Amino acid sequence: MNKHLLSAGDLTAADITRVLDTAAHLASVTDRAIKKVPTLRGRTVCNLFFEDSTRTRISFELAAKRLSADVINFSAKGSSVAKGESLKDTAVTLEAMGVDAIVVRHGASGAPWQLARWVDAVVINAGDGTHEHPTQALLDLYTMRQHFPRFGGLRVAIVGDVLHSRVARSNVLALTTMGAEVTLVAPPTLLPARVDAWPVAVSYDLDAVLPKQDVVMMLRVQLERQQAGFFPSLREYARLYGLDAVRLAAMAPHAIVMHPGPMNRGVEIAAEVADSIERSVIASQVSNGISVRMAMLYLLLGGPPVPGLDDGPVQAAEPAGEVVRGG
Amino acid sequence: MVAERLLLLGGHVVDPAAGLDQTADVLVAGGQVAAVGSGLDRGGAEVVDCDGLVVCPGFVDLHVHLREPGREDAETIESGSRAAALGGFTAVCPMPNTDPVADNAGVVEMVAARGREVGLVDVFPVGAVTLGQRGVELAELGAMARSAAAVDCFSDDGRPIPTARLLRLALEYARAFGAVIADHAEDASLTDGAQMHEGEVSAMLGLRGWPAAAEEMVVARDLLLAELTGGRLHLCHLSSGGSVELVRAAKARGVRVTAEAAPHHFTLTDEAARGFDPVFKVNPPLREKADVEAVRQGLADGTLDAVATDHAPHAREDKEVEWAAAPPGMLGLETALGLVLTELVEPGWLSLAQAVERLTAGPARCRRLPGHGGPLEAGTPANLTAFDPAARWTVDRAALASRARNTPYHGRELRGRVVHVLLRGAFTVRDGRAAR
Repeated sequence: MNKHLLSAGDLTAADITRVLDTAAHLASVTDRAIKKVPTLRGRTVCNLFFEDSTRTRISFELAAKRLSADVINFSAKGSSVAKGESLKDTAVTLEAMGVDAIVVRHGASGAPWQLARWVDAVVINAGDGTHEHPTQALLDLYTMRQHFPRFGGLRVAIVGDVLHSRVARSNVLALTTMGAEVTLVAPPTLLPARVDAWPVAVSYDLDAVLPKQDVVMMLRVQLERQQAGFFPSLREYARLYGLDAVRLAAMAPHAIVMHPGPMNRGVEIAAEVADSIERSVIASQVSNGISVRMAMLYLLLGGPPVPGLDDGPVQAAEPAGEVVRGG
Repeated sequence: MVAERLLLLGGHVVDPAAGLDQTADVLVAGGQVAAVGSGLDRGGAEVVDCDGLVVCPGFVDLHVHLREPGREDAETIESGSRAAALGGFTAVCPMPNTDPVADNAGVVEMVAARGREVGLVDVFPVGAVTLGQRGVELAELGAMARSAAAVDCFSDDGRPIPTARLLRLALEYARAFGAVIADHAEDASLTDGAQMHEGEVSAMLGLRGWPAAAEEMVVARDLLLAELTGGRLHLCHLSSGGSVELVRAAKARGVRVTAEAAPHHFTLTDEAARGFDPVFKVNPPLREKADVEAVRQGLADGTLDAVATDHAPHAREDKEVEWAAAPPGMLGLETALGLVLTELVEPGWLSLAQAVERLTAGPARCRRLPGHGGPLEAGTPANLTAFDPAARWTVDRAALASRARNTPYHGRELRGRVVHVLLRGAFTVRDGRAAR
């Protein structure tokens, strides 16, 4: 595994499996009365957030605290130019304060790569621009593994604004590394250039794709995309690419619904789908996020062994539902 | 400084404008070429041994940014002139995107005068086509043309002339002064917020793409307007294979157009953006391998008349930022010859004579640059470059004469090193060192 976690594409299948196995073990910490292990005691993790993302920041903060790391939150909203201090100066300052890991969220694609060139600390990409969000992909894979025994042949549809989605890019990289069959579903205006070169299938027709999927991942669509003319109206978008109860009924009975949040209820996902206890795993994605981020911090910061963790292979969670079609 | 008589002895003289490509001596007297040939009368001349060197007209760069006035922290006319001389150039054409913009006689005269004062290269300023490069109303082209700077080339540089009507008027109006309109071809509605070439790499990097079509459609428009008006059009830094093809077809039907290509567009591809180092951010962006090859082919068959560096110095703090926040542009003057020889001549795309042509006579015919580009005939100013085509050297950004450090070639080994440069018979570079 690399020193930093910048791209989901930097992880091999063995790396991903190791992260998920570690996360599965660390999840047990969350079930304890005292939700804390001393593994990263004395280490300092800085959450450096140039964009508001309360949920991701809190998830990383909880993850670090459950490993007993000291956590500092550095919120620097706005671009370096607007703020008057450069990303580099911020990085150098944090480095001088002796932080061990920097968890960075930034509106500019590639900012974590810049950061990694300037600091010795471990850099974890918590979302950069319209590029990547690797820990989101890892928690998504973790959640999928709770429901399906293997990734080989697992059919995953990623639906919506793929063009601007860091979640989609990281998921495509991680899922295809693990052998899943990914289908991207979006209007052509919201697909990246040369998407035909990606190791995925592409469709403009959600209804044709839905019945064949094991996992349907809905992406957030932002109002500003409509304003920029990527599609004519939110109403038309919802009609063509929204997941409502009728479409949910067309999915395979075992298939699950995912969403990275925050959701636009009534646009890409109807409230009754989001809240479906049987089909929606959106709440588990959130809780799994903490375990996966604990695993990443643990693996990258190289704390002492967690009792029980290195004793033997960790079993994957049992699939929750009947798997109709395996790998 | 000017030795009365100088004999460049035994060099390989490549003078494309005269069709000369052979071992010969060059005698310089009183700042002028006195004779080219063998067995010349030394007559007390100082002898400069040029054995193993190529001796040719000084290089001409149609497209540089010297940043003065306005951004003297990134480059000055002095530091840029020194970088140019060390790169083998005797003439450079700084673009008007200074602060204030070179859209009036005052600024172009100041730039030209400062260039003369520094005296390391001849500085031929490019004036802005429109006031403030805003693309709304024509600047006083006549005042700039008739000024002491005698501007004969106008460009809004990094900004395309936005409407067909305005470009038509500029091409027509400039005819009164025999001037060239140089356009940066980019359809802005397709490149709003664009960060790099639109393709597989931009898609993976999550950076907004600048499709080649945005360049090609403006190239097509410009060519049609050159045809319509009979005006003189020059196309700046063409980066895509489609653009090269459009110019090739236009030249075949007799359109008055010239075009240039930058070294990075025949050397680097969009793959360089992986890693997000803004030193590779440039406009037009680095494109794909097929485009690189098309640019090479365009230079080989003469569709592209000139190699122009688009030397764009940026202060360190301006480039050490997030990719999206960084200004586009990279250094070019001191690496141009090395890249031409390493990327075009060594792999066999161009002969040595063709390569020298694209650095001398080619750019010189794109606008009026008296005394530059050759031919090296008796009585012409002795603007000469001698380079060692075999010398290998490694680019070290810390060793560059430019004030800025944003070269994308740091650590790259290049073939071909400038040894001597003469400007009107005076050494501006001797033994690889700037005269001052």
